[in-house]
Amino acid sequence: MNTVFYISSALAVFATLKAITNKVAIHALLYFIVSLLSVAVVLFVLGAPFVAALEVIIYAGAIMVLFVFVIMMLNLGRETLNDESGMLKREMFIGPSVISTLLLAEIVYMLVHQTAMPLSLKTITPAEVGQLLFTKYMLVVELGAFLLMSGIVGAYHLGQKEKLVHHRFLKTEKDIA
Amino acid sequence: MNIGIEQGMLLAAVLFLIGLTGLLVRRDIVFMLISVEIMLNAAGLAFIVAGSAWRQADGQVMFLFILTMAATEVAVGLALIIQLFMKLKSVDIDRANTMKG
Repeated sequence: MNTVFYISSALAVFATLKAITNKVAIHALLYFIVSLLSVAVVLFVLGAPFVAALEVIIYAGAIMVLFVFVIMMLNLGRETLNDESGMLKREMFIGPSVISTLLLAEIVYMLVHQTAMPLSLKTITPAEVGQLLFTKYMLVVELGAFLLMSGIVGAYHLGQKEKLVHHRFLKTEKDIA
Repeated sequence: MNIGIEQGMLLAAVLFLIGLTGLLVRRDIVFMLISVEIMLNAAGLAFIVAGSAWRQADGQVMFLFILTMAATEVAVGLALIIQLFMKLKSVDIDRANTMKG
């Protein structure tokens, strides 16, 4: 199981790096889906099969498909690709990479200087998660429901096309288009 | 080498920082949203690792909430991207630096 963990971790990091450095949006998205699937394997190894399944079904299955649909809808052509090539220069990576490396060094320093804590890798069943979800975290579940509802309303409202208001005698159909 | 909390947390931190780098480097708004998703996913992974270390189901519950939030955020964010694209005919965030129109 340890080998599986290390291989899928390496794959996740590699695919995520490819996702943020890619120029084409749909390629980056596919790399991110690969990263999500390898993170799902890591979660399975860590003893969370329920969450691993949710990661595949909801994250890779639902959220990423939403991304794919929107990218298809935007229909980004050749000229946006050229824009992106102009925007994405190698020296632009220097500053953010330095910041990230410093933060990573801090985290590694903290992890090295703590007492070792082995993971149990014991499977936590969906029944335990569900029991906790509907007893201790009941209020948070309801807040999550509020959030989803407001998300639906907000997405519907923002996604609407602006309606052209025109007088039926003053404009012909040709002017509107 | 057995998997400890260090390895799991290191993976979560590396994924989070890759997402942060992507968010800072990119100016295409679709890529920025993808980077935010990478960061949220890494935060969820950190919760699972901690839950596995303490043998508690709380970590998985927290992952579910992060998943809910990510789904909502993507729905609203993509709707905003569509609006921005209809107005500007571009996904470059630098062109949206004025409040006018």
